[in-house]
Amino acid sequence: MGAQQRVYKAKINSTSSLRKIFKAMELIAASRIQKAVARAQAASPYAREITRAVSVVATQSNVDHTLTTEPDTIDRAAVVVMGPDRGFAGAYAANVIREAEELITLLRDEGKDVALYTVGRKPETYYTFRDREIVRSWTGFSEAPTGADAREIGEELLASFEKDFSAGGVDEIYLVSTVYRSAVDRQPEYRRLIPLEVVEEDVAAPGARSTASQDEVFPLYEFEPSAEKVLDALLPRYIDARIQSALLSAAAAEQAARQQAMKTATDNADDLIKTYTRLANTARQAEITQEISEIVGGVDALAASGPSD
Amino acid sequence: MAALTVVVVSADREVWTGEATRVVARTTEGEIGILAGHEPLMGLVAGGEVRILTTAGATVRAQADGGFLSVANDRVSVVADAAEIVD
Repeated sequence: MGAQQRVYKAKINSTSSLRKIFKAMELIAASRIQKAVARAQAASPYAREITRAVSVVATQSNVDHTLTTEPDTIDRAAVVVMGPDRGFAGAYAANVIREAEELITLLRDEGKDVALYTVGRKPETYYTFRDREIVRSWTGFSEAPTGADAREIGEELLASFEKDFSAGGVDEIYLVSTVYRSAVDRQPEYRRLIPLEVVEEDVAAPGARSTASQDEVFPLYEFEPSAEKVLDALLPRYIDARIQSALLSAAAAEQAARQQAMKTATDNADDLIKTYTRLANTARQAEITQEISEIVGGVDALAASGPSD
Repeated sequence: MAALTVVVVSADREVWTGEATRVVARTTEGEIGILAGHEPLMGLVAGGEVRILTTAGATVRAQADGGFLSVANDRVSVVADAAEIVD
């Protein structure tokens, strides 16, 4: 077998073993989308109830809570970038980071300091590689975030919110994450978490029917022990729930992005294999043609020199 | 008598939902019993057991930890950080 053919054969072999890996990853991601979406949906009643309760307290009482009142001056804003731990998800990580960069530029233009928090290994490496300071980063749960993870993030953010500017505290907090709408529709978005703008935002989980309570008029509630106490207890939970639903939605989006990226990779591998097979065939044909013409040429030469015997 | 629609949710899932005639829970102020027609109320759950007497006559006990209880229009939601049904 000629050298040309051997090169093509080697390429075909390596491409088809890559293709197997891509295909396997595509299938794994596809099955994990379902799981991630189910998890997001399971958590949505909690988010819905909390949101409803916070709206009730906020609309019915004149409580001024630090978390809901707009501070006079905003000197520093925290930006939480929620990205993936692993790659192989196409432009998923790049998109969410680009959205974060846009937000950061916007905040800087408004004269605010930016404190960076990251979730997931990819955003972390992106910023450490560029020598940008990260206040805190969490990794290891981007594909299956739990309530405890969200709580940890929520506590850290609340703690820095309560600190003074001089002690490194922040005055507002933004979440940047990818919102999963369907297997093919996901959008990186940023939303302000604190101070809260209560609240008629649809926090429904991906795929869930949207809440019917949009225009609901709340009855007059009794609060026990008091509206302040209830709000005190509710707001941290509300923040945790918001973070949790952002994490879950991002997890579903990550799997969807991975599935799509791996599908493309598999298709491309198929194309490559086809191209290389064609090239290998051409090389084989060329070799055969050359051998034939060599033989024919040899016979001709022999025939020409034959009669001298 | 009208029935209450009860929902018990924890942070990661809906734990129990159904019709009930009576819900007894412990708030920070003490035990509270809720029947149909109760005035709208929002209270902090102090932890411990929530007892739900279903319309079928069975008692469902749910362990609810931290969270709140809201009652309006004969709809009771118990929202807890962690909750589970105990038999």
